Amino acid sequence: MQKLIASVVSRLVISIPYLWMLIFFLIPFIIVFKISLSQVTMAIPPYTPTIDIWAGWQGLVNSVSQFSWDNYTFLGSDPLYVKAYLSSVIIAAISTFLTLLVGYPIAYGMARAPATVRSTLLMLVILPFWTSFLIRVYAWIGILKPEGLLNQFLMWANVIHTPLNILNTNTAVLIGIVYSYLPFLVLPIYSTLEKMDYSLVEAAEDLGCPPITAFWKITFPLSLPGVVAGCFLVFIPAVGEFVIPDLLGGSETLMIGKTLWNEFSANRDWPLSSAVAVVLLALLVVPIVLFQRSEAKAQESEK
Amino acid sequence: MKSLGSFRRKFAPWNDPEAKPYISFENVTKKFGDFTAVDDLSLTIYNREFFALLGASGCGKSTLLRMLAGFEEPTSGRILLDGQDMRGIPPYKRPVNMMFQSYALFPHMTVEGNIAFGLKQDGMPANEIAARVAEMLKLVKLEQFAKRKPHQLSGGQRQRVALARCVAKRPKVLLLDEPLGALDKKLREETQFELMDLQMKLGLTFVVVTHDQEEAMTMADRIAVMDKGKVKQVATPAEVYEAPNSKFVADFIGNVNMFEGTVSTVVPGKVDIDVPADKITIRTDATRDCAAGQSVGFAIRPEKIRLSRKEPANTAVNAAHGELYDIAYFGDMTVFHVRLESGRIIKAASLNAVRTVEDPLGYDDMVWVNFDTDAGILLTA
Repeated sequence: MQKLIASVVSRLVISIPYLWMLIFFLIPFIIVFKISLSQVTMAIPPYTPTIDIWAGWQGLVNSVSQFSWDNYTFLGSDPLYVKAYLSSVIIAAISTFLTLLVGYPIAYGMARAPATVRSTLLMLVILPFWTSFLIRVYAWIGILKPEGLLNQFLMWANVIHTPLNILNTNTAVLIGIVYSYLPFLVLPIYSTLEKMDYSLVEAAEDLGCPPITAFWKITFPLSLPGVVAGCFLVFIPAVGEFVIPDLLGGSETLMIGKTLWNEFSANRDWPLSSAVAVVLLALLVVPIVLFQRSEAKAQESEK
Repeated sequence: MKSLGSFRRKFAPWNDPEAKPYISFENVTKKFGDFTAVDDLSLTIYNREFFALLGASGCGKSTLLRMLAGFEEPTSGRILLDGQDMRGIPPYKRPVNMMFQSYALFPHMTVEGNIAFGLKQDGMPANEIAARVAEMLKLVKLEQFAKRKPHQLSGGQRQRVALARCVAKRPKVLLLDEPLGALDKKLREETQFELMDLQMKLGLTFVVVTHDQEEAMTMADRIAVMDKGKVKQVATPAEVYEAPNSKFVADFIGNVNMFEGTVSTVVPGKVDIDVPADKITIRTDATRDCAAGQSVGFAIRPEKIRLSRKEPANTAVNAAHGELYDIAYFGDMTVFHVRLESGRIIKAASLNAVRTVEDPLGYDDMVWVNFDTDAGILLTA
């Protein structure tokens, strides 16, 4: 009896994450997917058909028969969407690379810092999360605008004579993404570097490696699991990023998150924006699966 | 002629005034902040010597090794290797290789890759690297494990890969930091002999750091006993054991019964020491100069003490009566703890050279403890 209870309890515990995924991911996804197969109308809700559960079996069949893939064919036929997807992926890739360039040295410096200051440094990396994300992005407007802090400083230092036009360009979006997602990259790299045995680097130097070679042959390859994890943690949300391109980007900035928002609120085209979201998800599943495979591989090699 | 115990090989350049030291530490001091890890230490090591740095943790032995490898620079003093001052030379340019306590094998490379690593850094041609790696694998008997990754090997195999990796570059000096620390006892004993064979075969100078005195005694030509950043004694294993130069060394190496007393009479060749605390008078060979009234120490190893039920002929010196208080049977030998009338516990060991004994000593037996005048060591420091 006790065994039975224990097994039921353990199953229950395991089922919690599944239940969570079901309620907060799968069901909303099915709803979004269903909307993406509908047509836009001037009504509340602004799409048709709606499923009326009181209409019985015949009503359901009627509704389902009206579903169509029109929104998806439209996405493929209008180059705007293809361009937006492509541009999102490119911006996300570039900003991931830039974040890596900035974040790796930070993580390395933290991992090599004396143990007594490491926790303080870690705290400093996490600290920005204590302020609202939106406020931090708004703050960048103040820094990047033509009469903002950056231009004032550069002109005061006599580096430039006319203000740089950074705000409302793709550069501003890249700066915003690098800034916002830096901790997501620093933390996993820091954790792999921190648990790395430093005597490996000493051994490499002892065997004739100058420090820079030792870094590329030993430290960097061993930190790759952290690098991969960090890059995915930046790349995946950056592709669908909406707030940063909306606030810092300009008319030239084409990102799918922004497009989706326009379709949804300005055009009130729920079915089309749902289709955009479904395609985006399908697009991101590929890197997510790659990420999980690399994680599994990393765990395997640790055994 | 009498000699102190057995010796490993006829090799004693330190007794030859003509011999040039291969490694010299000259007044080396190393400070970490306020802490002095190595304190004004001077030491010479000879070519092809198997040298052990022995001491408790924190005595500065690892720091000494790391300074030789180039990972730390001395705060003052200098280190010479084959006549060359090592100051300012980074680890990757020094002709020494180190075997790390953790082995520090590169987890993302195969056994082969690990061994070839140092050779590649030297820009050795690929075919020579392959030949050298094969030779090293054969040397440490790991031919069939060439393609394995370190995490697929046992502790003993990893240790051999680490060894092969640092020997592969044919360094002038091999530094070993607790080389057998991570192995179990049986494997450790085997590996000790393997290391000795390897050192002879390759004709390298080995400097090994260890806290395990048995390991140091087994393998080394000479041992430097260290304490608090200073060298207490540098001598062969037999000298360190049978003729320690201080109470610290006598106490640190092996088991010992230590007595503190004052010299009562000095006759030519013999010294009498009064030990009022233990109500015993000790007569010993005058191996060191001392004067009447001087307070001295006397150390005697348990196996040099005799136990008998019968009263010895001379009970005036080097004899005491007591009760058998504890018996520790180790198989090869037995250690008896005898409580003297003064309450002092004396350890006496006897080899179980025969399988059967008539009327063996047992608990609570009253026994006499006695020893010869050349059995113990007179200590003035």
